[in-house]
Amino acid sequence: MENLVIAGREFKSRLFLGTGKFNSNILMEQSILASETEMVTVAMKRIDMDNQEDDMLSHIVHPHIQLLPNTSGVRTAEEAVLAAQLAREAFGTNWLKLEIHPDPRYLLPDSIETLKATEELVKLGFVVLPYCQADPVLCKRLEEAGAATVMPLAAPIGTNKGLRTEDFLRIIIEQSNVPVVVDAGIGAPSHAAAAMEMGASACLVNTAIAVAGNPVEMAIAFKEAVVAGRRAYEAGLGSVGVIAEASSPLTAFLG
Amino acid sequence: MTIKVNNEKISVENNATIETIVKQMNLPSFGVAIARNNKMVPRAEWSTTLLQEDDSIVVVKAACGG
Repeated sequence: MENLVIAGREFKSRLFLGTGKFNSNILMEQSILASETEMVTVAMKRIDMDNQEDDMLSHIVHPHIQLLPNTSGVRTAEEAVLAAQLAREAFGTNWLKLEIHPDPRYLLPDSIETLKATEELVKLGFVVLPYCQADPVLCKRLEEAGAATVMPLAAPIGTNKGLRTEDFLRIIIEQSNVPVVVDAGIGAPSHAAAAMEMGASACLVNTAIAVAGNPVEMAIAFKEAVVAGRRAYEAGLGSVGVIAEASSPLTAFLG
Repeated sequence: MTIKVNNEKISVENNATIETIVKQMNLPSFGVAIARNNKMVPRAEWSTTLLQEDDSIVVVKAACGG
């Protein structure tokens, strides 16, 4: 299989993992390692004066893993730029998952602020991976603004609904000159495999693994699904027909 | 003087720097960043950045998230 290349960095794995919603940091780390992912998201939060929490970072920092800080919690491009600068300082990476979703009910990304922030952050030297609507026109605008990938949603974050935006994802994949990472809403390995068969470059999965009965086993299932889907895409799927076509010889050999 | 740290009012000495308040907070050595009045202050400048009355300091660290 081809490696995935983003901003000059090569990835063998095409599965990105989010770190939210796991029952424990240990379980999160085991799932990350089992998935063989090389890209893991991390959020930021304000800390208390009497901070006593376990440091989650120690569970996700591994030599083979690219940290992908996100801007979750910001509502505008201006806030996103400050969050990005804090993330770069905190984690020592200029890679950024840009996410601007002001509405807490559906967490849908604000396209206008996302485009504005992408333009600004690219100028500031960030490798910007924007979470965005499955809008082919917007995705081209983000690409023109210098986004390193586009990350259109399959369905609202955390819903596990699958590829509800499938028709638009197909157009985005067809038109994009940067990797297309399907992000949000992927709820089952079959959804991830379907996205990869369509030609998506990668999938970002969090909730479906974190809330599974056995997150480590589910991480392995997603790993296998993403590999299977990508391998099928590269192999070239057979065409879909209407009329039956025999796959065995129809000559009458019994006389 | 009084400043705010993550929206919580605290009193600090007049010659306090960002480093002064950081020392009270049991911060991990990696994965932390600070903004003063909505502007990021690099770690290298924490010890030389003097606080002023009504400053708003935001201290963030890594958290789980997708």
